[in-house]
Amino acid sequence: MPLKGNLADFSITQILNLINLAKKTGILHVYEPIVTDETIRDGTGQERKKVMPGEERATVAFRDGKLILATMGNQDGHLANVLQKAGKLNIQQARVIRERGKKYSDKALALMLINANYATQQDVVRSIKQYTLDIVYDLANWEQEPFVLDENAAPSPARITVPIDLQNVIMEIGRRKDGDEPGIELPNLDMALKFPEDPGEKFRRVHLSVEEWRVVSFINPNNSIRQIAKACNMTETEIRRVVYSLLNAGLVELMKPPTSKQPARAAAGGKSRSAAQPPITVKRSVVERLIAKIKET
Amino acid sequence: MPMQTVKMVITGPFSAGKTEFIRSISEIDVVTTDEGISAVSAEYGTKEATTVAMDFGRITVDDDLVLYLFGTPGQRRFDFMWEILAEGMLGFVVMVDSAKPETFREAKSILETFRAYAPTPYVVAANKQDHPDAWAPEDLRIALRIEESVKLLPCIATDKESVKNVLLELLYSILEEMDT
Ligand SMILES: Nc1nc2c(ncn2[C@@H]2O[C@H](COP(=O)(O)OP(=O)(O)O)[C@@H](O)[C@H]2O)c(=O)[nH]1
Ligand SMILES: [Mg+2]
Repeated sequence: MPLKGNLADFSITQILNLINLAKKTGILHVYEPIVTDETIRDGTGQERKKVMPGEERATVAFRDGKLILATMGNQDGHLANVLQKAGKLNIQQARVIRERGKKYSDKALALMLINANYATQQDVVRSIKQYTLDIVYDLANWEQEPFVLDENAAPSPARITVPIDLQNVIMEIGRRKDGDEPGIELPNLDMALKFPEDPGEKFRRVHLSVEEWRVVSFINPNNSIRQIAKACNMTETEIRRVVYSLLNAGLVELMKPPTSKQPARAAAGGKSRSAAQPPITVKRSVVERLIAKIKET
Repeated sequence: MPMQTVKMVITGPFSAGKTEFIRSISEIDVVTTDEGISAVSAEYGTKEATTVAMDFGRITVDDDLVLYLFGTPGQRRFDFMWEILAEGMLGFVVMVDSAKPETFREAKSILETFRAYAPTPYVVAANKQDHPDAWAPEDLRIALRIEESVKLLPCIATDKESVKNVLLELLYSILEEMDT
């Protein structure tokens, strides 16, 4: 089953989160949006124009939950272009290498360039990494493109791939966004935060800003997000953005603070039925009879 | 002994498969659908509040025990009905159309809303698993941020066995909740 959707409904950040947590391998294809006259309905029943995939605009490859390669538009990611963009080759050199090096794989080409002292191995790795990241950060601004994740597909073995941890990419996308990402599911500020089951594993390779570390240092089931914001001197918008990124990077999880286990029901005029009501009021035997009946239905 | 009735609520976004789910298991015909109502009220400009219809199914266990299944009206403008339906429910099912990512955000929002109404057990049904574009249940879990402790079940609402499985899993969760 291919993972299909539109960035309007499922953002790049959410896709990266999914790939990171599920440790997926595959190639994400992102297409030019073609708005049709056909209408579809969203989950609230609202009508909207159906958007169909046009020409492919970008691809992003992943292996075992890590980002490994990206291409965009006519930037095909040829090693000569990558090194030129990184300032390791000039236009002239890049063109010559592209023309003469057609029959070589990127890997063979890299070896030749390294041997000829045009670049070091570290230059090659760094340049590819930066090239890949630039494309993904660019992509993160797209908001209405159709996408498909072709699971288990892999880029050509001729290409050099550099594995990049997605947590850091997700955090950086969050830092680059100003204001609220449209349509993101904003965390309720009355919720508390907790660490995932395996925080050590998840935090090991992540780089956080001072501001983000400060938020992380206040994580405690007794602190609501609102309280953390206050303690860190952050506005609601600021804390939301940081928490959203931390959530999507899988570094924190939402939980209900202990005081509001029974939800506050201010909207219902203070009348609090559910708080007084035990979760289940029927007898065990009733549930068992229901089970028996449904089994034989 | 007086007859006892218990209620379960089937909720989820517009077109997630709530009506189909109830239809597959109910012993009575599920006659009303919200689509019909909204079309009528839009056309004739009738007062929507007076004519909210919802899906309604029944499973009779025996002379003194009946289970009612209520589908929530899918459109947000009827959500004042949700709280009324939620009152006293034994549990609820959140249906998600696995092939329509444009409805995931609303699914999550409905889930949170219902969870706030009552602390009853619930399960999430990853419906339309027979659809070629359906997202796999484990991907939906991440996409909707459903905790590991909540059951997320593959579902095909048109298939009675699949519907039975979802209801049974919800009932098992209710039993477990009683044990704690
Ligand atoms: N293929 C498929 N179609 C389904 C399934 N469940 C519901 N549908 C169809 O999806 C559409 C919406 O279902 P409906 O039950 O009316 O959704 P509701 O708005 O949640 O009540 C209808 O055309 C159903 O026949 C399913 O599991 N598989
Ligand atoms: Mg319906």
